[in-house]
This record gives sequence, C-alpha cells and structure tokens, in this order.
Amino acid sequence: MGLQAMTYFVVGLTFAIYIGIAVWARAGSTSEFYSAGGNVGPVVNGMAIGADWMSAASFISMAGLIANMGYGGGLFLMGWTGGYVLLAMLLAPYLRKFGKFTVPSFVSTRYYSKGASLVAVLCLLAASLTYIIGQMTGVGVAFSRFLGVSNSTGIYIGMAIVFMYAVFGGMKGITYTQVAQYCVLILAYTVPAIFISMQLTGNPLPQLGLGSNFAGTDMSLLGKLDEVVTGLGFGKYTTQVPGSMLNMFVYTVSLMIGTAGLPHVIMRFFTVATVKDARYSAGWALVFIALLYTTAPGVAAMARLNLHATVNKAVMQSGGDLFAPENSIVYSERPDWMKRWEVTGLLKFEDKNGDGRIQYYNAKSKNADFLAKVEAAGWKGNELKVNRDIMVLANPEIALLPNWVIALVAAGGLAAALSTAAGLLLAISSAISHDLFKSIWFPEMSEQKELLTGKIAMACSIVVAGYLGLNPPGFAAGTVAIAFGLAASSIFPCLMMGIFSKTMNKEGAIAGMLSGLGITMFYVFAHKGIFFIKGTSFLGMFGGKSSFFFGISPNAFGAIGAIVNFAVAFAVKNMTPPVPQDIAQMVEDVRIPRGSKAVDGAH
Amino acid sequence: MSMDNSGKAYWKDTLGLVRNFLIIWFLVSYGAGILFAPALNSIHLGGYPLGFWFAQQGSIYIFVALIFIYAKMMGKLDEKYDVHED
Repeated sequence: MGLQAMTYFVVGLTFAIYIGIAVWARAGSTSEFYSAGGNVGPVVNGMAIGADWMSAASFISMAGLIANMGYGGGLFLMGWTGGYVLLAMLLAPYLRKFGKFTVPSFVSTRYYSKGASLVAVLCLLAASLTYIIGQMTGVGVAFSRFLGVSNSTGIYIGMAIVFMYAVFGGMKGITYTQVAQYCVLILAYTVPAIFISMQLTGNPLPQLGLGSNFAGTDMSLLGKLDEVVTGLGFGKYTTQVPGSMLNMFVYTVSLMIGTAGLPHVIMRFFTVATVKDARYSAGWALVFIALLYTTAPGVAAMARLNLHATVNKAVMQSGGDLFAPENSIVYSERPDWMKRWEVTGLLKFEDKNGDGRIQYYNAKSKNADFLAKVEAAGWKGNELKVNRDIMVLANPEIALLPNWVIALVAAGGLAAALSTAAGLLLAISSAISHDLFKSIWFPEMSEQKELLTGKIAMACSIVVAGYLGLNPPGFAAGTVAIAFGLAASSIFPCLMMGIFSKTMNKEGAIAGMLSGLGITMFYVFAHKGIFFIKGTSFLGMFGGKSSFFFGISPNAFGAIGAIVNFAVAFAVKNMTPPVPQDIAQMVEDVRIPRGSKAVDGAH
Repeated sequence: MSMDNSGKAYWKDTLGLVRNFLIIWFLVSYGAGILFAPALNSIHLGGYPLGFWFAQQGSIYIFVALIFIYAKMMGKLDEKYDVHED
C-alpha cells in the first residue's frame, strides 16, 4: 500500500472508532452531559484527562520547541506536568467535594455573587476560545499535509467528527472517545521515537536512549549533540537558557499554575465518584501524560541530531570537519523528505553563497572564533529555514521509517487536536448553558431544556471554533500564552483563596481577578499590541526595551499577575464587609471528604 | 459536619502533609531542575548531566510518585480522623 492510501486507511479507521463510541455513549441527562454521570473510574478518567490535555501543541510543537531551546525547553516539561501536583493536592479533591459541574458555579456559590460568576465565565470563555483556535488550525494542517485535501476541507471534516460525538455524547461521549484517542496518540508518538532511539543509541527506550552513548562510539548522545551544535555556532544544548534563569523560573511557575487553573482540565475532576478518586485521577492523568512528556526530550534531541547529520556529513564522522566544503550536502542530492516538506513551505533553502550546497548554522552567533571559521569557509549566512513543527511530523521520514508509522503520526496528530477541541467545547458550552442561561438568566429552566440548551451551545461553539480556525485572527501565535496567562492570573488564585481562606469575600475575589487579569493583559499588549493589533504595542512608554520587567518575557508574566491578584484580593478584603457565616461554614465542609455526593446541578 | 476539634486537627495535619509534599515538589523542579542545575551538571547520570536530567526527566517521575504517595497518605489520614467516604 502506498503512503497516501495507508494514511487514508489508518485515519479512516480511527475516525470509525470515534463515531462508533459516540453512538454507543449518548448522553440522556444533564448529569451525563456535563460529568458523564459522575461515575468514571480514576484510571479511565486519567486517560481521558491525558488526551484532553495533550493538544496539537503538545503533540506537534513541543518536541520542536525543546529541540531549539535545549535545556531551557525543560520549562515546558516541568511547567505542564508540575501543575498536576498542584491540582491533586490543592484543588481537585476540594472542588470535587464541592459538587458542582463547572468552575463558574463554584465561584458563584463560594463568593455568593452572580457578578463573580460572570467574571469567571468571561475568563473561561476567553481562555478556552483562544485555545481552541490552535486546535482547529492544527486539524486543518494535519489534514492538508497528510491527506492531500485542502486546509478548509480538513477543518470541515474535523468539525463534523467533533459534532457527532460531542453534541450527542456530551461529557460521556467525549470521555470514552478520548480514551481511544489517547491510545492512538501515544502509539503515534512513541513508536517512531522507539525506532529512532534504537537507530541512534541501540537502546529502544528514548528515556534511556537520551542518556546513552551514541551508537558505536563511547561518546554520550548529549555530548555528541553539544559538540555538533556549539561547532555550528548554536548555544550548548544541555545548558542553554531562555533569557535568564529568573525568566525560566517565573515562566515555569506561570505554566504550572496556569495548568492548574485551566477550566477544561478542572472540569474532568467532577466526573469521578469520590474525593479519593479525584486524588488518584490526577495521579493517573500524570502517568499517561508523562509517557509522552518523558519521550519528548529524546525525540527533540535525536531529531536535532538527525537534522544536522542530514545536511552536514561531518556530524556522523568522528573528528569530521564541519566546515570542509565537501561535507555540506549538495542541494540537488538532498533526501526525498526534504523535497516533500519544501512543498509545504515549512522547509526553505536559499543558496546565499551560490555553491549549490546547504550550510545550516547559527549566523547570529557572537563568537569571534566561530565567525572567523565561517568567513574562511566562505559561508554567507544560514541557508536553511526549518519550521519547528517538522521535528515531530517529519521525524519518521527523516529516520526512513516504514509508511505505516508515518500514517500513524498523521492519525495521532488528529487525535490530539480533536480530543482537546472536544474538551474545550464542553467547557465553553457548559459555561453558557449552565452558568449563564440556567444560573443567571433562567433559573426555572427544566433539566430537559438545559440539556437542549447545552447541545445548541455546543453546536454554536463548534461553528464559531471552525470559523476562527478557517480565518485565524492575526494573533494566533500569541494565543497559548494568553490562555495560560489568563488561567494563571485569574482563575487559579480565585480557586485557591476560595478553598484555603475562610475569610476571602466577594469584593476581594472580584477585585483580585480583574487586577490579575488586567496587569497580565497590559504587559502582553505592551509587547504585542493592544488586542494583538499590529503597531499598537506601547513598549516606548517603558524605554522601548522588551521584557522590561526584570527581563521576564510576556509569556511568563502570568505568575506576576497571580501575585498581584492575591495581593489586591487580601487588601480589598480587609476594607470590605466580612463573608457571611454560612459561607465560612461551607468552606469548612469542603475540606472534609465525608458526605461527598454525586455532582448535580442543584443549587 | 461542622468543624469541631477533630476537624481542626484533621485540617492541620492535611496542610502539614501538603506543605511537605510541596517542598519536595519545589526542590526537584525549581531547585534541582533550575536553580542548582548548573552545579549539578558536573555530576553525570549515564550520559545525562544531572541538572539537565532533573529538568527534562527526573522531576516528572518524581511528580508522578508524589501524587500517588500523597493520595495514599491522605486516604490514611481520612480514616484516622474518620472523615473518609463510605
């Protein structure tokens, strides 16, 4: 079977499975629709959380980011896993005991205020909508690159599939589909990694391969990589830091508390039967996430080495001269996979010195010795531009793996994007039907009507998400940062104070959320323009220097926003009326597991 | 259930437990993975410089272990104070 036919076959098979599950797991009640009936076991729930969490960004982009950033890429690995420790110990069990479907309904009850709930709904919608744009574009890209259909056709197909199982199945359908999607995506990620680790180090486990010797030598793989990348003028792989140590530290904090504050993840803890299961769910979720996250560093380093080895023959020779003219490969003799990816525009070659060979190095290096060697070799600038997403998507082709592995990667990328999109859609539709329609506008609404409203809201969200995927706004690149910044600076502190402070009142919570959110947005907009409109950035006000606040990059600013949130909330609390006695009583109640009941919608 | 003396003791023990776990959580990620990584890199774990290993592998394994041990110890604490679910 050819590559194209094989890809159609594998992707078609996985879609048939998802639709089969959708038919089997239809939701008949609001409880099933919002929380899968509240009786999903911790292992199944953990797997569903894993699929929900690992988006197109984790699957496609993360390894490429790490490959470029080296050691500093660890901030994504620690940030996106360490948040689950916070979830398990600080939030999940207590929110489960609280027994509501959604984050805004917790906020509404704990802070005895529709206003606070409304602010929470806004934060949730902003975070989830920005996140979903990335998933939809991911679906389109995966379809167009692997299945040869146009980007927009890809998005329509993706919308139709999500519609089937999300609208009819709700949380129940989504949960069981996500279990299947997790299996597809983890296979798709690990199988090529195992092949490549075996080729490069002789050790099939990428987690161990990364710490092994380069096959046939007594030099470690990481040592070899360090030698190659520094030889080509890049930062040393194992010590390279993004900006400064302080920036890396704060960035990691932002990702951790952002993870713990993302509503579509928190929601999953309402689907388990008990407080105890909520704790174990977080553990199982992290096990399933760790399978991919501990493989990613191996994929990153090995892909980087393979890429350099492809264009410079000296990499694979011991003591080879990276600057010898004959070691740079001749462009017309480049491998087929490079030709295939040049078509997509993700790989670009420009022969700056006119020698017909590819020189790939860091032309921005400040090292005088290195620049002298570049000069002597007659290199006139870096000639190869490589999009970081290629690292995972083209990895199997670079390593010359069989066609079924390449087809599997296509199905895995789609599974990652679709599963996350479904989870986000559920968070959005429940915020609209439950927290706006039922709680604020029409408290008398019957369960059947609420379920119908939920399904209509879901259908509308899919259309909006599809539209945004087809016409991505100019700020698509900044969206992930916004989602984490929003969650870190608004939702996380609000939930923490709701559980751990008996005295936090509604005035404090609302002021905290708004100021945390405000200052984070302000800092991001200062760098990237007001609502990401080009030319409206106002760094000039701060001396024109980017990352002006102690060298902290805008993506890392959520942690500072969270500190502001806490500080403002406590200051305002001390100046306003104390919480009612029954709320303080309720907070005490939430701290004790006994008496947890199935999550329901009643207030 | 209102928070009587036993309830207060349970909450105090819970917070103590969480504090200890979060200290370890902080030490492996922010400590070994970031702040002390340059110093730890002189030690090697196979082909891994140790600081690099903590940042890209070790902290994740320890996070997983922390959550399961926490869940188990909380289960015991729930039973000790008789606040566990049926």
